[in-house]
Order: sequence, then C-alpha cells, then structure tokens
Amino acid sequence: MPAVSKGDGMRGLAVFISDIRNCKSKEAEIKRINKELANIRSKFKGDKALDGYSKKKYVCKLLFIFLLGHDIDFGHMEAVNLLSSNKYTEKQIGYLFISVLVNSNSELIRLINNAIKNDLSSRNPTFMCLALHCIANVGSREMAEAFAGEIPRILVAGDTMDSVKQSAALCLLRLYKTSPDLVLMGEWTSRVVHLLNDQHMGVVTAAISLITCLSQKNPDEFKTCVSLAVSRLSRIVSSASTDLQDYTYYFVPAPWLSCKLLRLLQCYPPPEDGAVKGRLVECLETILNKAQEPPKSKKVQHSNAKNAILFEAISLIIHYDSEPNLLVRACNQLGQFLQHRETNLRYLALESMCTLASSEFSHEAVKTHIETVINALKTERDVSVRQRAADLLYAMCDRSNAKQIVAEMLSYLETADYSIREEMVLKVAILAEKYAVDYSWYVDTILNLIRIAGDYVSEEVWYRVIQIVINRDDVQGYAAKTVFEALQAPACHENMVKVGGYILGEFGNLIAGDPRSSPLVQFNLLHSKFHLCSVPTRALLLSAYIKFINLFPETKSTIQEVLRSDSQIRNSDVELQQRAVEYLKLSSIASTDVLATVLEEMPPFPERESSILAKLKKKKGPGAVSVNELEEGKREAGELNGGGERGGDSSAISTPSPSADLLGLRAGHPVTAAAPSAGSLLVDVFSETGFIHYGRLMLLIFLRTHERTITKPVPFLAVPACLSASHTLLSLALRFVCKNNGVLFENQLLQIGIKSEYRQNLGRIYLFYGNKTSVQFVTFTTTLNVQSKPVEPLIEGGAQVQQVINIECLTDFSDAPLLNIKFRYGGALQNLTLKLPVTINKFFQPTEMASHDFFQRWKQLSQPQQEAQKIFKASHAMDTEVLKAKLLGLGMALLENVDPNPENFVCAGVIQSKAQQVGSLLRLEPNAQAQMYRLTVRSSKDTVSKRLCELLAEQF
Amino acid sequence: MSRQGKLRLQKWYTATAERDKKKMVRELMQVVLARKPKMCSFLEWRDLKIVYKRYASLYFCCAVEEQDNELITLEVIHRFVELLDKYFGSVCELDIIFNFEKAYFILDEFLMGGEIQDTSKKSVLKAIEQADLLQEEDESPRSVLEEMGLA
Repeated sequence: MPAVSKGDGMRGLAVFISDIRNCKSKEAEIKRINKELANIRSKFKGDKALDGYSKKKYVCKLLFIFLLGHDIDFGHMEAVNLLSSNKYTEKQIGYLFISVLVNSNSELIRLINNAIKNDLSSRNPTFMCLALHCIANVGSREMAEAFAGEIPRILVAGDTMDSVKQSAALCLLRLYKTSPDLVLMGEWTSRVVHLLNDQHMGVVTAAISLITCLSQKNPDEFKTCVSLAVSRLSRIVSSASTDLQDYTYYFVPAPWLSCKLLRLLQCYPPPEDGAVKGRLVECLETILNKAQEPPKSKKVQHSNAKNAILFEAISLIIHYDSEPNLLVRACNQLGQFLQHRETNLRYLALESMCTLASSEFSHEAVKTHIETVINALKTERDVSVRQRAADLLYAMCDRSNAKQIVAEMLSYLETADYSIREEMVLKVAILAEKYAVDYSWYVDTILNLIRIAGDYVSEEVWYRVIQIVINRDDVQGYAAKTVFEALQAPACHENMVKVGGYILGEFGNLIAGDPRSSPLVQFNLLHSKFHLCSVPTRALLLSAYIKFINLFPETKSTIQEVLRSDSQIRNSDVELQQRAVEYLKLSSIASTDVLATVLEEMPPFPERESSILAKLKKKKGPGAVSVNELEEGKREAGELNGGGERGGDSSAISTPSPSADLLGLRAGHPVTAAAPSAGSLLVDVFSETGFIHYGRLMLLIFLRTHERTITKPVPFLAVPACLSASHTLLSLALRFVCKNNGVLFENQLLQIGIKSEYRQNLGRIYLFYGNKTSVQFVTFTTTLNVQSKPVEPLIEGGAQVQQVINIECLTDFSDAPLLNIKFRYGGALQNLTLKLPVTINKFFQPTEMASHDFFQRWKQLSQPQQEAQKIFKASHAMDTEVLKAKLLGLGMALLENVDPNPENFVCAGVIQSKAQQVGSLLRLEPNAQAQMYRLTVRSSKDTVSKRLCELLAEQF
Repeated sequence: MSRQGKLRLQKWYTATAERDKKKMVRELMQVVLARKPKMCSFLEWRDLKIVYKRYASLYFCCAVEEQDNELITLEVIHRFVELLDKYFGSVCELDIIFNFEKAYFILDEFLMGGEIQDTSKKSVLKAIEQADLLQEEDESPRSVLEEMGLA
C-alpha cells in the first residue's frame, strides 16, 4: 500500500483499489468489482440511512469502477444527495460523480440544477466554484437554459471573488460554445471586455478565453478589446521576468496570457489607430528580438514557453500579412529553427513556414530554405516531421523550382511511409501538371509516379495524363515512345498497362516506323501483359487492339486470332466476351472507311466547364462558390494547360470523371460533346440500369453507322477525368433536369451518386457518398438549406454511405436546395457545395390530351405573362430521338399528332405542389437549317413558365 | 495513460458518446505508445492535434484544435504535472491511482471547459489545500477500526 500523502482517509476506497490492483486476471477483477457493486447496492438499498461519509465513499468507489471502464447504472441519486450536503468534500465528490457520469435523465437534471442554484446563491466562494465547475463540465442545454442568465451577473458583479470570476468566465464560455443562442451578452459586453484590465492575472487569463470566443462570433461588438489587448500585451512583453511573480513561468513572463492575447488579436485586422498599431509592432519586434537573446535557463520549459509566444506572434504576423519586414524576419527565425536540435521546433517551423510560403512578401524568403527542407525530407527520423517537410515543399513550389521539388518528392516516394503515399502521389501529380512547361517532362513524371507508386495512383491521375496527351499533339510521339519503353520492364504496374494500352492504341503509329517498335512488337508487348491484368484493364486492352486493327491493317489477322481464341470469345466475364465478339465482328464486316470512322483518334477533350464557371459567377447565390475560389480555379486551369494552343481542355475544375471502366459510358454522365447523337440518347435509355453495357452501346452505334452515315466521329472511349484541384464546387444540377439518376459529383476523393423518385408533389432523393480513397473520411457532415436526415459521420476508405432526403414541393420555386458537404480527409478539411438537382419539372404529372384540347387550353393561357419564350442555338445535334427522350425525361406527356408540323414537339403536364397545381403546356420548334430552337412554355402561373423555359433552354 | 496502456485519468471537454470515447482512447493509445523517444511531441490525429509528453511511466496527452498553440499546450501538461508533484510530493503513478479524485480536483482547478483557469501554481494549490483543510476538519474523529468495519 502506498502512503496516501494528503487529505482524507477513505480507507475503504484505498483497500478496494489495492484489491483491484492485486487481481491477477481480468476475471478476478470483474469478480471483485461485482462483489463490490453488490455490496454498494445493498448499502444504498438498506434500511439503515447512510451517513454522508459512507455515501461519499461508495459514490467514489462507483466512480472508480466506472473509470476502470465498467458500466454504472445506479448511484446517481446518492450522488445528487451529496450535492446538498454542507460538507465540502461530500459536495465535491457528488459534483465529480455528476460531471463524469451525467446522463440525460431529466428527473435528475432538475434535481442537479436545484442543487447548483442553491450553491450559486450561497455566497460561499468554494461552493460557487464547485457549482460553476459542474455546469462547465456538463455543459448541457438544460443547464444553459437554467443558468445562462445568472452567470454573466456573477462574472461582472463588483463583489465577486476573483476565483469565482475566473470560474464564471470559463463556465460562460462553455455554455456559449454549446448553446450560443442562450448566452446573451448585450448589456454585459463592455464590462466583460474590461476584464482585460483586471488587476488579477488569473482573471485576465480566464476572461480572455471567453472574449476571444465571443470576438470570433461578434467581432464588431467586441472590437474595443483590441487596444486593451495591445496595451496588456505590451506591459507583459516589456516587463522584467520577476515582475509578475507567480505568473512568470521559467523566467518567461505570463506565457499563457501572452499567447492568448496574440490569439485574440488574430480575430481582427491590424489596428487602424496608428498609435495602437505602432505599439503592437513594437511588441512583435521585441518578441522576435527576444528569440535571439541567450536563454535565461537551460530548462526546456523556458524555451518552450518563450517559443510558444514566438510562434503565436508569427501567426499574428502571417495573419496581418501586411508587414513585409516582420514577415521576412519571421521567416529567418523559422529558418534557424529548421536546423534546431529539438524535433518539436523543427516540426513547428516547417508547419509555420507552410503558411508563410503563401504570402507574397515572404514566399521568396521561404524558398531560400529549400535545401534544408529537402534534407529534412530525406533525413528526419519522425514521419510526422517528414510529412510537414513534404507539405512545405509543396507550398513553396513554383515555376522556378518545380523540377527540383518534383524530383525530390518522387525520390522520397520510393521510401515514403505507406500512410502518406496516396497524398504524395496527388501532390506530385498536381505540381507536375501545374508547372509543366514542357510536356515531355510532365509525361515522364507521371509515368515515373506510376512506376514508383502505382498502387497509390488514383484513376484521375492516369486519366489526366491521357487527357493531356490527347490534347497536345506535340507530346504524343514522345508519350508513345516513353510508355513503350516503360512497358518493357518485366514487372510493370497495371496502371502503366492501362496508360500504355490507351496511348499506343491512339498514337502507336507515331513510333511504328522504328522496327524496334513495329506494330506487331507493340501488340505483342501489350498482349504479354494481358493475362496479368484485371478485367477492366483487359477490356481496355481489347479496345486498344481494335484500334490497332484500324491503325495497322497488318496486325488484323493476328489480333483477330487473339479475339477468336476461346479465352476471349468464350470468356466467362460477360463484358470481355461481348467486346471480343463485337470487335471481331466489327473488324471482319466493316469496310475500312467505316472502321476508320468508328475508330478514329479521340478528339481533343473539350473545354466544357468554363462556361459553367462564368455562369456560376453570375449567379453566385447563397452558399455558392466565392469569386476568389473561382478565380483561383480558373488561374490554375490556365496554368494546367500552359495556354494550350488547341483551345485544349481547361476542365480542371469539375469535369465529371468517367466511369471506372474507361471504355464504358455510365449513365448519368454527360457524354462527350462530340458524341451527342447516339451517346446521350442511349445514356437516357439505359439510365435505369446504372451502367451501360459498352457492348450494347457499341452495337447500337454500329448499327446506326449503317442506317445513316454518322457525320461525326464516335469516340467510344469515354472522357478521362481531370484532376480536379478545386475545393468548393457547384455541380451542374442542370444536367439532371431531364433525368433522375446518375453521378452528381465526382473528384479524386469522393463520388456522389444520386437516385431520385418523384410522385405528385413528393420526392425522395437517395444520395450515395462513395469514398474513393483508401483512407477514411472523418467528421463527414452534410448540411442542406432545408432539413435532412443526418448522414454517417465517418466513411471508411472504399466504402459508400447513403443518405435519404425527402422532398415536398410546397409551391413553385426556382432555386435548387444547396447541399453543403464537409469532411476531413487526411488532415485537410474538404468543403464543397452542390446544388441538388431538384427542379420544378420533377413534380410534373404527365397529361395526355388530344389535339383539340391542347389548342383550346393553349388559347386559354393567352395572357402575355403566362407565356415564356426562348429562341436559342442548338448546343447538341438535333436528333429527333434524343429530343423525345429528353422531353420524356422532363416529366411531361409528349403528345403525338397534335402539332400540325410533325417536326415540332408539344407536351402537357401539371406541376403538383402543395399550394396549387400548375398546368403547363410546352412547344418546341426545331429549325434544322438554322440549328436553332424556339421554345414556348405556357402555364397558369407566370413564374413557372419562366423557370421551365430557363431550365429547358440549357438542355438541347 | 500508463506505458502499459492503462488509462489513469481522462477528462472530456466536448460532449462525446461513451462508446466513441472508448474507441478514441484505444486509438489514441495505439498511436502515442508506438512513438519513439526522440520523435516530436505533436501529431495530427483525425481533425485534431495531439500534444503529448512522457513523464516516467505515464504519458500525458492533450487533443487540441488545429489553431491551438502546441508548445504552450506542452507547458500546460508540464504545469499540471508540477501541480501534481507539488501536491503529492514527488508524484508517482500510484498517487494518481489511489487518489484519482484529487487528481481530478487539481485538474479542474487548473483547467475548466478545456481552458486554463489560472496559471499560477500558488493559486491553484491554495484552492486545493483549502479544500483539504475543510475535509480534515470534517473527518478527524473517525477511527481506523470504524473504517475497516465499513469496508
């Protein structure tokens, strides 16, 4: 038994604890605990009234048992009884039990609140402190309701003891954090701010936490705190280390308070008052100067406290981002720390420098430390420090040092910890693309990336390299040559095979002149990898083979042989079998011309999204992307393409990425602009199934090729995704006007699928959040500007969670609900805002009617405001079937034989909302010659006509 | 927590379900106990930063938010250890096991709602000692035998 040094002799408790400690096994421990629980239970139930001491002891034992990790389901009442004891220690144990084991039993909360109320009004400072502690520890809404009014009074009352003030300030802070709506500062504001002037340092320390939190939420009301904080800080900074007595910590005056003051100042912009600002700059300079002074003590506590203030000061300097002199000094100081022998300091210096790198004033200064940082990446023994070094390299990267940094990161990747590889790969890919001046370097980098860390290269990365190669003809030959060489390695990663298959299939002809890479050599090389690959890759290779037949007629018989072999044509995988059958057929029946058309080289990827960006900028509703971020995105997009002369693809923002199978088209995907005629119809036709069988699509396209000559090439290789570098995106909800299911959003981390169904004025949306990475997303939350059921806060790597949203259409509307999604991936907060594709037309009930009725109703709706009309240019091919499918998808009835002109389309439907039903009629008149449409919508409500017209004008 | 992965003291300043608490503690122990001596005292964990320090057989860990100051948090730990040390007189793990309620009181006196209430060693200890004084007055008459009988 150890000597209990001080305080009480709850001997029974000590004996019990040693018993537990002496237990040899878990079973023995549980047995002992159960015995004790039974004993306590019987004591509590016993006839004999327990005295306060025993009650305290048993409650304490229960607490101990609970802290060992066992459940406690009784004793709450006894603990509450202790609260009303007059003996301090009994009361104290009672409060401790409540704080640790509170549950939301409303009966108890009322009793607890009563006891607290009594103690608060007791005027006994120790009791008051206990009560305040309990409120702060529990911090529940009920407590906030009961005490949020009382505590500010205690805090600012002139006769309150200092220790009680401290507790009151922090207690109020806790309540404010849990229930800000209940804590009304109003009249107390200025008196609370003036606590910064309090003589008692402890009161200031406690109060400043409260003030900082309140300032973050209501900066204007609290802005008088800035000058007070500056003068307080200045007094501390200039004081001698002995002035503050007990508040000096290892020769550093009031380090906690200093840090908090500096933190508070970070809630505000630089002070406008010149004198205050001057004083503050002086303080910051003094802090920087002190860092250069010899230490007053060798103890680590001294340097930690001193440097804590220094780092906080640097944060403030970075926050202001307006004093170049201070920024550069800060950077130099951090530069010294980079080589400090304390690991902690190196870590923090790397971290702080990361933010300094983004300031225009200090970016160059940060860059001078590149060698040290690279060295840290190579030699640091602690992975978290290496991670910081990698982050910093990423942050300091620009055009001037990109090659060096990318090379270092690549070589680090070879030995990097598995936990950070995926992130490193993305970073390398982003840097390589962002700063690529010559694209052969870019291609080399990405292929190296696949070679070194193939498993961690996500699909987007290799899609992107393909996209870039296709869009830039100056790099195609080089890419073909390099990938051909890379494939020669005996063991190469499957991702390399995918890139190889795609690029050789497209551009193998560019290197076919060299006998070492003749068509047959290329084919044999690819095919040698075939059997080692997964089904999707094999599917891709098969498509590459059919492209070969087109590129190199001399390979035709060899490839047909392969396709004809049992392992292909009778493959158990239906997808592979189908491809083999169809490609074989295609290669044998199609004329060279047809073959050449169908298998033509992929067109450059179009710049699809920039128009959306412009539109978003104009709209920028609540919760939408900030202009800055868009600008940022644009700028990056520009750089990504190095201003590609082919008008290239700047879809770095949010081109929806393709299905996992590069060759299949997934329902819900906008088909590449070059293939609207066949593609999008089919997409709609098959959208029920989710995936389209590439084979069927292929066959249909093929049949169509025969029926009427397709004038445009049909790129059946789907769009590679781009590497989306953006953080906040609004997806184009307009894509979903005419359909209900598909992929709403996708970037390299997250895919959001949507399925929706509507009946009358009700709708239900299922959102599927898929984690595409191998790392879990934590604190995953979604907020809708209307109500929704919460979603699971955690998404495991590779997993998908579902969220259901029920919708009722109350009245007609034009703004779609916004869905905000936040989660953490690795360390970084991801935040994106999407428009839910809920549009007014979803609530259409189709109405069938005869020609006569239609025109009668059409005439009835003849007031000018009931009609909306738009004349617009066709943005897709004017294919009758596609148009029909889209109009059907709109939800109205498509009326045949109504319009005298058979080229025109007319539709009728009723929008069901809770408030009313809005009958709508629609007429769409295509003019094939001018490639224009005239769209007329009439409905009983003017806003509906207008909205429908807007929605539809984007669809054709 | 101890080096053997036993939790000796825990305090939560945000409302967390009991099940999540246990899971988080387990996860945290794994991460922290796996670290080697010369490694830095900070690490990112979920969306928080962990600041930890080892004193003899015990690890003291704080989970703080992203914008919090790591070094000052490290000194929060140190100050708490100093307080324990001063109160118990060269504190050891056993003191915390057997007087866990005292350790809680000291922690409560020092930190409240996750914020520092007072950084002065004197004022914190004064508050605790005052309480002890009250306690001794309460309980001096109790005899050892009586104690044993009740246990």
